[in-house]
Amino acid sequence: MTDIRAFEGPQEAGFGDYVQLLKPRVMSLVVFTALVGILVAPVSVHPVLAFVSILFIALGGGASGALNMWWDADIDAVMRRTKNRPVPSGRVQSGEALGIGMGLSGLSVLMLGLASNWLAAGLLAFTIFFYVVIYSMWLKRSTPQNIVIGGAAGAFPPMIGWACATGAVSVESLLMFALIFMWTPPHFWALALFMKDDYSNAGVPMLTVTHGRRSTRKHILVYTILLAPVALAAGFTSIGGPIYMAMAAVLNAMFLRGAWRIWKRDEAMAEADNYAVEKSVFRFSLYYLFLLFGAFLAEAALRPYGFGGW
Amino acid sequence: MALRPEHEIHTRRFGRNLGVGLTLGAFILIVFAMTVVKVTQGGILQAPAAQAGAEPAKGTTP
Repeated sequence: MTDIRAFEGPQEAGFGDYVQLLKPRVMSLVVFTALVGILVAPVSVHPVLAFVSILFIALGGGASGALNMWWDADIDAVMRRTKNRPVPSGRVQSGEALGIGMGLSGLSVLMLGLASNWLAAGLLAFTIFFYVVIYSMWLKRSTPQNIVIGGAAGAFPPMIGWACATGAVSVESLLMFALIFMWTPPHFWALALFMKDDYSNAGVPMLTVTHGRRSTRKHILVYTILLAPVALAAGFTSIGGPIYMAMAAVLNAMFLRGAWRIWKRDEAMAEADNYAVEKSVFRFSLYYLFLLFGAFLAEAALRPYGFGGW
Repeated sequence: MALRPEHEIHTRRFGRNLGVGLTLGAFILIVFAMTVVKVTQGGILQAPAAQAGAEPAKGTTP
C-alpha cells in the first residue's frame, strides 16, 4: 500500500481546447464568405475596420459553435465524427462552453456594431440566435428538414459582410445568402449518405433515417436543380460578370451531373464502391462554393482595370 | 535538478494562461487601432450642430 495517489478530478482544458470549441473549420468558411461580402460591396471600407469586422463576424460564428457544442454534448458523445469534441470528451466543462459562448456572442455583436454599423451587428445577433435556438435547440432534433432551415445560419455571413460596407441589405446580398442556403442541403445530404450510422445512432432525424436513402438521393437532385438558377441569377447583378457566369455555368453543370449520378445509384451500387460517387460529390460541393465566391472576388478585383463586371 | 519537477498540468496551465494573455493583448490592440481609425475619420468627434451645418442657437453669440 502506498500513500501516493493520483488526483482524478475533472480534466483541465488547454488553450487549444477552447479554440476547438469555436469550430475553427466552420469559422474559416465564415471568414471567407464574409470577406467576399465586404470586398465585393460598392462601398470601400477602411482596411482596419474591415479586418475588425471580419474578425468579430468569425468570433460570433465561433461563439454560436460553442453554444451548439454546449447544447448538443449528449448527441455529440454518441456520434463517431463528434465524440472527440471538447465537451463530450470531458476536456471542457459544459458550463464553461455555455459561458464562453454567451460571453463571446455579446462581445462579437457589440464590437461589430462599433466597428461597422448596427444593422450588421443585428444580423450577426440574429444569426447566432438562429443557429443556436432555431436550429440546434428546436429543428435539429424535431424535423428531417433541419439541414434545409439550419443552412440559413451559414448563409448569413456574406450578407453581414455586405451590410458592414453598405449599411443595407440588397438584391446582391440576398442572392449570396440564397446561394449558400440552397447549396447546404445537397452538400450535407451527400455527407449523410456515406456517414451511415452516425445520425441514426444519435437519434437525429436526418432525411436518410426518416425518409430513407432513395428519398435522400431524390432530394439531392431536386435541390441541386433549384440551386442552379440562384447561382446564375447572382451573375446578372452588379457583383457578377463574365468570369463568374462562365464559372457558374461549368460548376453547376458539374454539380448537376454529380447529383444525377447519385440519383441513378441504389444502395447496392454505392456499397460496392464504398460510396465513391457520394464522397466525390461532397468534396466537389466544397470546391463549388469556394470557386463561386472566388469568382465574385475576381470580378471585384478586376473591375478597376476594366475587366470585371458587366 | 529542480526540487519540484514540472507536472504536465503546469505546462498546460501555462499554455492556457499565455493564450488568454495574448488574446487580451490582441483585443486591446484591436480596440486601440479601431479608435485611431474612427477618430482620424472624424465623424464621431463632431457635435451634432457642426454636422448639421452649424446654425447658432438663439441668444448665443456666434
